[in-house]
Amino acid sequence: MLADLFTGSVLIGLLASGIRLATPYLYAAIGETFGQRSGVLNLGVDGIMLMGAFSAFYVVFKTGDLVGGVLLAMLVGLLMGLAMAFISVTLNAEQGISGIGVYLFGLGMSDLLFQKLINNVQTVSGFPVAPIPFLSEIPVIGQIFFTHNVLVYGAYLLVPIAWFVLNKTTLGLKIKAVGENPEAADTLGVSVAKIRYLTVSMGGLLSGVAGASLSIALLNVFQFNLTNGLGFIAIALVYFGGWRPTWVLMGSLIFSFVNALQIWVQVVGIPIPSDIAVMTPYILTIVVLVISAQRVRPPSALSKTYERLE
Amino acid sequence: MKRFGKLVIFLVMVAMLSTACATATPAAPAESAGPFRVAVVTPSAINDLAFSQSIYDAMVKIQGEMGEANFQFVLSDGMFVVDDAAAAIRDYASQGYNLVIAHGSQYGAALQEIAPDFPNVSFAWGTAGDTFGIPNVFAYEAFSQEGGYVNGVLAAALNESGTIGVVGPVEVGDAKLYVDGFVAGVKATNPDITVNVNYIGSFGDVALASEAAQTHIGAGADVMTGSAQMVVGAVGVAKEKGVLWFGTQADQTSLAPEIVVACQIYDWAVVVRDIISLIQEGTLGGKAYAVSLQNEGLKMIYNPGFNLPADVKALGDAATKGIIDGTVTIGVGGK
Repeated sequence: MLADLFTGSVLIGLLASGIRLATPYLYAAIGETFGQRSGVLNLGVDGIMLMGAFSAFYVVFKTGDLVGGVLLAMLVGLLMGLAMAFISVTLNAEQGISGIGVYLFGLGMSDLLFQKLINNVQTVSGFPVAPIPFLSEIPVIGQIFFTHNVLVYGAYLLVPIAWFVLNKTTLGLKIKAVGENPEAADTLGVSVAKIRYLTVSMGGLLSGVAGASLSIALLNVFQFNLTNGLGFIAIALVYFGGWRPTWVLMGSLIFSFVNALQIWVQVVGIPIPSDIAVMTPYILTIVVLVISAQRVRPPSALSKTYERLE
Repeated sequence: MKRFGKLVIFLVMVAMLSTACATATPAAPAESAGPFRVAVVTPSAINDLAFSQSIYDAMVKIQGEMGEANFQFVLSDGMFVVDDAAAAIRDYASQGYNLVIAHGSQYGAALQEIAPDFPNVSFAWGTAGDTFGIPNVFAYEAFSQEGGYVNGVLAAALNESGTIGVVGPVEVGDAKLYVDGFVAGVKATNPDITVNVNYIGSFGDVALASEAAQTHIGAGADVMTGSAQMVVGAVGVAKEKGVLWFGTQADQTSLAPEIVVACQIYDWAVVVRDIISLIQEGTLGGKAYAVSLQNEGLKMIYNPGFNLPADVKALGDAATKGIIDGTVTIGVGGK
């Protein structure tokens, strides 16, 4: 049976499965990376994802408009991000608590809207698999990387974009300055509040897309607490990835591949207790990333409110 | 230390917020002559087409039988955090409900602690077979292996690829009984079929259930089943790929009318009816129930929109009949 595990087609299936599973984590974790680099810890990711997931699902359920669904999820995510920014930046509230508030709001509100507007579990036709021309025809690679739906591609495109913005642009420099030393940044004329508003609302927008990627691309269904805490794992991946987009990608992939692997191990009947199997993605991800990212320290001003000395 | 203080404040706030959501029902004084009042706490949404829906449907059914003037119920659903559920259970008990139902095996420890504090309130919990020896606790469970077996017989008859996939939640309780019964049903019908079983380690992880279904189909499954509320993810995949689906706990036909063949449904009304009559006679607990095909707490529902060949349906009916009269031995959970 172990030999079965490593045949070509099985490996391809496993890797493609891991690529799909990592999608929502990537959107949410990359968005959160921006917020945290600027010093704002947003624990509301999961709630924003739920609202994004419901909004997108509702549009598709009523009209079948997939793009409209993603756009509404973005808008709702953006608004919730703005709300988080208002609470934590303008009102200077404790970030951890306001994030949990945002989470509970999203959890409750998405369910309330679901009960009132749809009321039972339904499925929709979400984004179809869209093989990329030429690339998807490359043997092995094509099947693993280029035979997915649009939102999966988007998540992976986001990583180099995030890396570029953070490391190669003035905006990235400002974000990092605000997260490391807001007083100094402020002295140099960088508006701490503006930067934090920008990063947190962008993070919200991406969390909204993360939710949409579940409800109208990967699962095509909505129910109470659809994300099941996935947003919190995304936040953990930001920490373990040392606040760097490439390492966040790495963490998401390790977690997802090992998850795909443990499913497969059980499916082919390799006798490992299921409790042990389902633990492995968590343990391995922590071990790998703790070892690889141990020299990285968090942004100095992370989760600290900033008040100007007038 | 400062950090720890913050953490404590934060946890207290979370606890307060969540319990605030849990206790939306206003208190009303208990009257002996008034309607029979039941409070139910469930771990997932009442429209989950699975475990929580089954108890909600039973409440609605009994209310229909007894009339709204004689039977009232309130429900707190989505209580997947056990501590929140415990707070809700305690709250309902202190509000003078005749019966508080903790619908989830994860609530057992909480109930064991709470029930002795309210000796005049009756509690029920499930799925479980243990009343802890507390005089005001009822327990109920489901012989879900019975419908699992029938589903397995039907699945084996419809299977062509030689492989069947099962998406399980956590390897405990009625989910495990169902899965084991299903496998037994398949093997009794055609021992050559491979049944691949995986447990995703969660009752709520829809994404993982969906990916597990993809993996089963990749491994050649053309018929699948699964248990608990996260299976909607698997049903979605089955629908997309045209793979047949067998459900349990509630009627899942509406989710994918093209591919759902049959479902075992739980009808807890059988249990709740008996509990109500016992309470009205003055017995507040001490009895453990099990719903089965025989007492009609379990029922097989066939999707009327699915064109099930008559000879296959006859196999299912024969299995159902055999389990009821005891001529079929499942070999799971003492059945």
